Amino acid sequence: MHVVFESGFFTSAPVRTALIIGAVTAMVSSVVGVFVVVRSQSFAGHALTDVATTGGSAAFFFGLSPLLGFIGGGVIGAGAMDLIGVERERRRDLATGIVLGTALGLAALFLYLDTTKGATTGATQQLLFGSIFTVDPSTVPLVLGLSALGLAIVVLINRPLLLSSLSAELTRARGINLRGVGVLFMIAMAVSVGLSSIAVGSILSTALLIGPAAASIRLTKSLHASLMVAGVLGVATTWLGILFAYDSFYWVPSSQGLPVSFFIVSLIFIAYLMSGLPFVRRRFDRPPRANSAGASNQASIEALEVGA
Amino acid sequence: MTDVPVLQVDEISVSLSGRQVLDHVSFDVRGGEFTGLIGSNGVGKTTLLRTILGLQRPDSGRVLVSGMPLSPRSRSLGYVPQKIVVDPDVPMRARDFVALGLDAHRYGLTRRSPQQRELVERILHDVDAERFADNRLGSLSGGEQQRVFIAHALISQPKLLLLDEPLANLDPRSVQDIVALLHRVARGYGVAILLSAHEMNALLPVMDRIVYLTGGRAASGTTDEVIRSDVLSQLYGHHVDVLQLHGRVLVVAEPGQDNQDIPQHPTLTLG
Repeated sequence: MHVVFESGFFTSAPVRTALIIGAVTAMVSSVVGVFVVVRSQSFAGHALTDVATTGGSAAFFFGLSPLLGFIGGGVIGAGAMDLIGVERERRRDLATGIVLGTALGLAALFLYLDTTKGATTGATQQLLFGSIFTVDPSTVPLVLGLSALGLAIVVLINRPLLLSSLSAELTRARGINLRGVGVLFMIAMAVSVGLSSIAVGSILSTALLIGPAAASIRLTKSLHASLMVAGVLGVATTWLGILFAYDSFYWVPSSQGLPVSFFIVSLIFIAYLMSGLPFVRRRFDRPPRANSAGASNQASIEALEVGA
Repeated sequence: MTDVPVLQVDEISVSLSGRQVLDHVSFDVRGGEFTGLIGSNGVGKTTLLRTILGLQRPDSGRVLVSGMPLSPRSRSLGYVPQKIVVDPDVPMRARDFVALGLDAHRYGLTRRSPQQRELVERILHDVDAERFADNRLGSLSGGEQQRVFIAHALISQPKLLLLDEPLANLDPRSVQDIVALLHRVARGYGVAILLSAHEMNALLPVMDRIVYLTGGRAASGTTDEVIRSDVLSQLYGHHVDVLQLHGRVLVVAEPGQDNQDIPQHPTLTLG
């Protein structure tokens, strides 16, 4: 047992908190990430992680919860990107680039102030690269609530969001509020980036947002399958990362433990590489399912009277 | 085919960036009728379709669908846009995209009923897309994708199907297949079709009516009524000839006339 789980893993309160927070944040990030990849908004997603850094570092400076700073910064950044035009394909990179540059400048200021105020570099390390073992257990209800909010938004808009990811023109023609859907998704993205900043730090939250989604999309043909595989991959890599980080306290010669974010990001990278291997793809590439409705042979244009 | 106009375009004028794109354009489309909207590139076909869909506000005139102004959530219209670029990596099966035509406007999670799933299968069968229904949408050929886009538009059982240049970038065989499919659809479903194209010959065997657009103005009627030298000369503002050759129609300008607005076959040298 000690080969895999070092002593105290299941009885440690910080580990339990980390497993709970890691699971829900990975789940939200992975699900949101599938839509981010489908909508080709990976750059916007990465920019939001940097904006979250600004929010987190500002919150730290003012003595507020970094989690609220991460999410607040992300939401403000998402709003700014929408105003500049992130939903318009031709202005997407422009909007993202402007917000990204401004946010990084502010992040540099607040991180400098954070470190000089406390005469420590710990704040920078914690904000940028996360520290899931030190998360206050009282934060768990807030994390669960925000995770539920992020997932609820995606569940609410999933179909209009999917159609708008494929064709803005078709979406408008269906009478769907394209901008409203886009803004709601940006908020969901900001929430998920803020949450994953707790697990792997704001800089590395892009990995949790994009990695599991990118791997799952290589392996699956349908959106539902992608969402499920991405969720499982996200949670699995996060839990394994937590386990390896815990175990690393007992590894020689480190004996100080290695960062969780390093393990999570490394595992995500390995998962992505493996998703491209032919034998892995073959396992997921099942033959087309049988026609469950069984109607096609009898169907004809004239017989079409079934109400939609 | 019925006598009730499914679509009434009444004196529509549209200006874009100070340029008059449509100038008092009027025509009707009746139930089950196959209408070709013919004009060269940039003549305003897409603008006209966008105006009918309510995506472009006209300067003047009105559009009525089944005698009523179009509401934003109306399901009377099905639409196949000119350009849907689907990345091959997008995890979306052709079958799922067709089903999205039923409920893309709905919020939240709702499970599709057995009747809806059966409808998806029937539409896939009717457009001959069953054999690639489980493939990724982005991995399909242009002709296969068009079948899926048509199925997506048809599944909400619209009264009028608008297609913006669905034959562009297709090889001649696929053009024939899609035209035959649309003709079958118009007859079988009783749905009216308004299809824009810059080349009319592929549509000649199936078109009930034609809306010929040039210089912002339109002439409409049966092909025999519109594709005539006197009608088109008046529309162009200079003399053009209409020639029939091996069952194909050629519209040609006299030497020295500006013929760049004439929709022409790319292999023909005119003027």
